[in-house]
Amino acid sequence: MSDVMVDVHGVHKSFGPLEVLRGVDLKVRAGEVTVILGPSGSGKSTLLRTINHLEKVNSGWISIDGELIGYRRSGSKLHELKEKDVLKQRTHIGFVFQNFNLFPHLTVLDNLVEAPVSALRRPRKAAEETARRLLDRVGLADKADAYPRQLSGGQQQRVAIARALALEPKVLLFDEPTSALDPELVGEVLDVIKDLAGTGTTMIVVTHEIGFAREVADTVVFMDGGVVVEQGPPAAVLDDPRHERTRAFLSKVL
Amino acid sequence: MSTLPSTTDTAPPGAATPGTGPGAPPAPDDPASLKVVPARHYARWVAAVAVIVLVAQFAHGLATNPVWEWGVFGDYVLSETIVQAVWVTLQLTAYATVLGFLLGTVLAFMRLSRSPVLQTVAWTYIWIFRSIPMIVQLVFWFNLSALYEELGFGIPFGPVFWSVDSNSVIGTMGAAIIGLTLHQAAYAAEIVRGGVIAVDHGQLEAAAAQGIPRLRQIRRIVLPQAMRAILPTAGNEIIGLLKGTSVVYVMSIGELFYQVQVIYGRNGRVIPLLLVATAWYVVLTSLLSVAQYYVERRYARGANRTPPPTPIQRARRFLRTLRAAAAQRNQPVIPLKPLGDSR
Ligand SMILES: Nc1ncnc2c1ncn2[C@@H]1O[C@H](COP(=O)(O)OP(=O)(O)O)[C@@H](O)[C@H]1O
Ligand SMILES: [Mg+2]
Repeated sequence: MSDVMVDVHGVHKSFGPLEVLRGVDLKVRAGEVTVILGPSGSGKSTLLRTINHLEKVNSGWISIDGELIGYRRSGSKLHELKEKDVLKQRTHIGFVFQNFNLFPHLTVLDNLVEAPVSALRRPRKAAEETARRLLDRVGLADKADAYPRQLSGGQQQRVAIARALALEPKVLLFDEPTSALDPELVGEVLDVIKDLAGTGTTMIVVTHEIGFAREVADTVVFMDGGVVVEQGPPAAVLDDPRHERTRAFLSKVL
Repeated sequence: MSTLPSTTDTAPPGAATPGTGPGAPPAPDDPASLKVVPARHYARWVAAVAVIVLVAQFAHGLATNPVWEWGVFGDYVLSETIVQAVWVTLQLTAYATVLGFLLGTVLAFMRLSRSPVLQTVAWTYIWIFRSIPMIVQLVFWFNLSALYEELGFGIPFGPVFWSVDSNSVIGTMGAAIIGLTLHQAAYAAEIVRGGVIAVDHGQLEAAAAQGIPRLRQIRRIVLPQAMRAILPTAGNEIIGLLKGTSVVYVMSIGELFYQVQVIYGRNGRVIPLLLVATAWYVVLTSLLSVAQYYVERRYARGANRTPPPTPIQRARRFLRTLRAAAAQRNQPVIPLKPLGDSR
């Protein structure tokens, strides 16, 4: 399978005595949207964070576009990469946080320009052009010189998405991108993500928005207790779940 | 509680229509034509007069009592010796501030690092240099040449390749700067560390998630945000240091306090010369305070939705309000307006 973009293989992760991921396997094909559902505490955020190596795994491995994340393989051994090399790998992985994490002391434009200039060594001018194009794409062309705190939550999250796109990542990870938003602002953010899905961006989205999953996902993954309980096309998982736990969860959120 | 606002600047927009309270009869025809009578605060007036009398008495005493010898003060305050001494004080402050905060920042990040060795070294440094009184340390450096006659470069515990007489390298001024810097760094380290840990952890995470290089994360993302918490305390420290430089008089360095002592030792005019020193310290501290205000403003960018006005903007707004009030006094009708609108 050459078109697998993200490959999560037998990942275990513990925080002290608490085993949060207990053998997770997941394959995401290039250009597809995977939506991860699951109750709070089931390990969804932890899984996303292991994918871009914000958390180290205890066992198993993750590769993106065929490249191991956080390790270098020689023979049967995995050598941990230096921080510098991990940082380089992360430029291929866009991450959108639940609470945006924009840099409040930088203007919107500088938020988008910072990483391309410092991590990818792009010339500032080119980076600014890209940034303005991306702001236009998320409908915020007029906010380039504003500071994040001068924007609504929905606008801030759209800036955060544009910031993730500025690195031209191979895959975009979203950790509950609309959970910190007022209900009336959820739509504008989901619209941006839908728009990205239409252009063939590979994405993994953790969300509780079932309607969004049904409409946009190629694959829906249901996680509980640190394992993938079931996965498949939205119609199968959402309308005809095979596992009792999935059914119980869906009956609560629908 | 009366619904009539006592001053216009406390009136919320809704309060512009009196007539809902028990004491105020409703005026259904035209509420805007009602006249507002400000409340009188007699106690405030009495207190103000008392304070003004006391201050005037004190000022009068300062000006007329011969003890202060203002003539002598005038002779010395801008004299070449004193101005030069002020310059030395400023140099000591500047060097110790810059070097102290540089070293302090390094120590702060050592304490925050994941390496137990670096953590321990930084912790020990801070512990030692906060424990030694500055004056003790200064005298120690002053006498360094007595302890180590030569300062050498070579392999530790091994042969020395190159060496010089330590007193000639360090010099008195150098010893003072080293002493002040090492002392200052211990305090600066804790101030910087306090600022850094006040920055939301999500900021570092977002920077790391985008692959921004480690040093750049610190310089561009963490430190500018930490500055908001660092600056008020750092301002205190620098002002303390400015006055603290006066202890280097023990090393016979010609800074302000030493020079003043030398002069009154010669002519016996203690009080006016202490006034000279006081005046200079007040002026320098005031300048630092103003600088601090603007530096803080600079680092507050993005912290508020609408940045607070500068003192100049505030003064202009105040003058406008006064002028508007004066204009209104000539009119029978007072249109109440919330202050925020007066641009
Ligand atoms: N850094 C951490 N240290 C300790 N426990 C953690 C840490 N991060 C997450 N956990 C725990 O791991 C479990 C899964 O968390 P998380 O992945 O955030 O779940 P989800 O995103 O599905 O709600 C929770 O019980 C949480 O308390
Ligand atoms: Mg989560």
